[in-house]
Amino acid sequence: MHVINCDSHTPSTRCAGLRFLLLFNRQGKLRLQKWFVPTSDRERKKVIRDMIMLVLPRQPRTCNFLRWKDLKIVYKRYASLYFCAGLEEQDNELLALEVLHRYVELLDKYFGNVCELDIIFNFEKAYFILDEFLMGGEVLETSKFAVNVSMEQADTLQEHHPYG
Amino acid sequence: MSPSVPLQEMIRAIRSARTQCEERGVIQRECAAIRAQFRQTDNGGRSHNLAKLLYVHMLGYPAHFGQMECVRMIASPRYSEKRVGYLGAMMLLDEKQDASLLITNSIKNDLSHSNQYVQSLALCTLACMGSAEMCRDLAPEIDRLLRSSNSYIKKKAALCAVHIVRKVHDLGELFVPSARSLLSEKNHGVLHGAVVLITELCERSPETLERFRKTVPDLVQIMKGLVISGYSPDHDVAGVSDPFLQVRILRLLRILGRNNEAASDAMNDLLAQVATNTDSTKTVGNAVLYETVLTVLDIKSESGLRVLAVNILGRFLLNNDRNIRYIAMTSLQKIVSTDHNAVQRHRGTIVDCLKDQDASVKRRALELSLALVSASNIRSMMKELLIFLSSCPPELRAQAASGIFNAAERYAPSKRWHIDTILHVLTTAGGDVRDETVPNLIQLITNTSELHCYTVHKLYRALFTDISQQPLVQVACWCIGEYGDLLLKGECQETEAVQVTEDDVLDALEIVLQSHMSTPTTRGFALTATMKLSTRITDNVDRIRSIVSIYGSCIDVELQQRAVEYNALFKKYDHMRAAVLERMPVIQKNSLGQTNGELSEEPMKESQPGKVKQEETALPPQPAGQVVDLLDLLGGSQEPLQPGSSVGGSASTQLTAAPSSAGGDLLDLLGGFEPTPLAPAPTVTVYEKNGVTLTLSCEQQSESGLTVTLTASNSTDSDISGFTLQAAVPKSVQLQMRAPSRDSLPAHGGAKLTQLVVLNNPNKVNLKMRIRVSYTCQGSVVQDMVQVDSFPGL
Repeated sequence: MHVINCDSHTPSTRCAGLRFLLLFNRQGKLRLQKWFVPTSDRERKKVIRDMIMLVLPRQPRTCNFLRWKDLKIVYKRYASLYFCAGLEEQDNELLALEVLHRYVELLDKYFGNVCELDIIFNFEKAYFILDEFLMGGEVLETSKFAVNVSMEQADTLQEHHPYG
Repeated sequence: MSPSVPLQEMIRAIRSARTQCEERGVIQRECAAIRAQFRQTDNGGRSHNLAKLLYVHMLGYPAHFGQMECVRMIASPRYSEKRVGYLGAMMLLDEKQDASLLITNSIKNDLSHSNQYVQSLALCTLACMGSAEMCRDLAPEIDRLLRSSNSYIKKKAALCAVHIVRKVHDLGELFVPSARSLLSEKNHGVLHGAVVLITELCERSPETLERFRKTVPDLVQIMKGLVISGYSPDHDVAGVSDPFLQVRILRLLRILGRNNEAASDAMNDLLAQVATNTDSTKTVGNAVLYETVLTVLDIKSESGLRVLAVNILGRFLLNNDRNIRYIAMTSLQKIVSTDHNAVQRHRGTIVDCLKDQDASVKRRALELSLALVSASNIRSMMKELLIFLSSCPPELRAQAASGIFNAAERYAPSKRWHIDTILHVLTTAGGDVRDETVPNLIQLITNTSELHCYTVHKLYRALFTDISQQPLVQVACWCIGEYGDLLLKGECQETEAVQVTEDDVLDALEIVLQSHMSTPTTRGFALTATMKLSTRITDNVDRIRSIVSIYGSCIDVELQQRAVEYNALFKKYDHMRAAVLERMPVIQKNSLGQTNGELSEEPMKESQPGKVKQEETALPPQPAGQVVDLLDLLGGSQEPLQPGSSVGGSASTQLTAAPSSAGGDLLDLLGGFEPTPLAPAPTVTVYEKNGVTLTLSCEQQSESGLTVTLTASNSTDSDISGFTLQAAVPKSVQLQMRAPSRDSLPAHGGAKLTQLVVLNNPNKVNLKMRIRVSYTCQGSVVQDMVQVDSFPGL
């Protein structure tokens, strides 16, 4: 077995894009985690802990932007879920809020009045939708309709033509 | 579309667990079942099992045993299995895992699959966790897909290429042609991906950036289309057409226009158009405006456009939305040094934001306010900052305090204001100030001789208000020790005088000494202050004597040492006590904080006219060989000690030095010594007395570097032991003494002692050196000093 020669993590030279997207509820239970840069299990756990500790105590009408280490953190609460994203230094925070909002809209359209339970019981779908919207930390598709159409078609494929 | 029933059942079971322990039990059982299922051959429920495992993983439980299952699922021909398999790969595998290599082949195959959704899975996974090796391997395939006719694939390939370029920078070159051609796409998803890719390529390589500058007109066209187009249901967000694409294009324009006049010109009109036409009532419009402002401020924009941008930020500052205010301040912070006046116009609003409820906004406002302090607004700004300090959140106090100190130091309109401000900060946030605040403040107070009385009164009163703020207490003790006599006089011009007795003052210091809130450092200050008072008061010297002797057996070693030495000062060296404990002279800024082995050189200024003897030590007399003895200060290198008189009062060799100047000259006190002048020679004798001779030779090593060799010999009949040399040089010269060859000089010149001194004189000042010679001969200690004003060979 040969040794895998991996490049070292180079998050510091990355100039744009989300580093991670987390969804968690008020009890600190994680509902979705998407990592856009290679992150070890231990680092992930640490980030999740830190984010939960940073975001949960925030008062209702405070700023949605925080600084944490070398990242900008953007979070927004939708009903019982916090959507929390880590951005690079150069990224546009206001646009990140729009990204979070768009994702919620996509979930809402797909599940029909989405709530936390939908995301719990259908977490794979939440990931699939996310993967039609974002890729590598960047926006992949800017049209709401296009994302929904892709999801429908992929689901149909899964149902009726399992062999592709 | 039917959900996975087994998965949902498991989730329900987990959620109905009432305790953590119960949950763990459920999960253990499930995991065991899943593991068993994995070991079986293909059954219909494989994707369900993996999905269950992924859910369990998200709850925080280990799931590494599912990695190989992911690999198997990805290789499956069934789409449902591939879908979950790839999801699992993205969740459980990263490039560090061995298993990730195993999926490279599947990805490669799936990239050319006939179904775009399968291709899409491969692209997505590659962009998520593709290692450098995988990227190198598959880059050509991605480039091929960039030229596909399928928009769905093209947009995914574009972002996959972005990932590849981020992982392996060199591969960027490969994608340049395709990226260029993608700009003519109509599909927004593809266009967006293209813009992101081009941005990434330009960020990585300046040559590529040059080539892509030609695309500025195309980008401008696309933006224009978005801004003035009518409502497009596909991409509209609250009246803004595809804000995601707009922001990305603006960002690319920023990179292309930076440092380039032509490109900046080409985008000028467009930026103005976006800035004026974008609806700013909703966040989405502001997101675009924000990006526009960032671009305008970063490229070589014309001044009108710049003013427009700063005004947008000014409007943002007044926006009800906290996020917008926060953003505005972050941006203003970036330009406060380049567009200072423009930002100053909004100072009022910024200062108001100091009172905002939100901690993030407060922090930004503080940083910006500190950057906006200037000589003209210092008084009003300081008022606001001090108000802020008294009510600011604890995490900001250190920053606020140090910012206030910096501002006060730079723009203080008067010394009294400066001292008052520092005292105010010490009373409000004494626990959060940096260590050097205390010596800095002491220096400031010393140098403001006209306010000594005022300062000591203020500090005396402050001591009684709050004895817990250590920096304040330390400075107060120091002042009481130094200027206690002014306190006792009972009169003061600047402020209401206190009527205190000597006992009151000593009581105050004793309270500090005994308080459990005082740190050892503070106690040290208090003890020394008490000691100093022994020369400033008349009646209670005995009380001081007893305080000092009590601390001679204190557990704290530092205090004990001080007390013992002060005791010695009372007993054995009482004749020196008055001189030792006299008023401190003015301290120069960089003289504080000396390092061992180097004697400091500070020009001595007379703080009190008429005072001839300036023999002070801040610490009790130290045995020979210790440093930080103020007696070793070199008279001003650049400036003469006495007006008119030259520095070289004593030792001078070839140069015709002025004869020793009149009394008051430091050098005279040390007994200037005229050595025998020699004809110019490489080695020169700088000291010869009582049979001990010291010669000096030097060698230029470099532009500013110089080595000096000192050689000592003993021509007497008795041996000399404990021979040490110490040297001091002018302020800007750096000095390093090497270890001497020996420390004894046998009689009759039996052996010579040499010591190397390495000097660095970057400012090429007139080099002088003062050398202190110290040795023991026939049981008695001899100390002497010699000054060298010119160096042979220089």
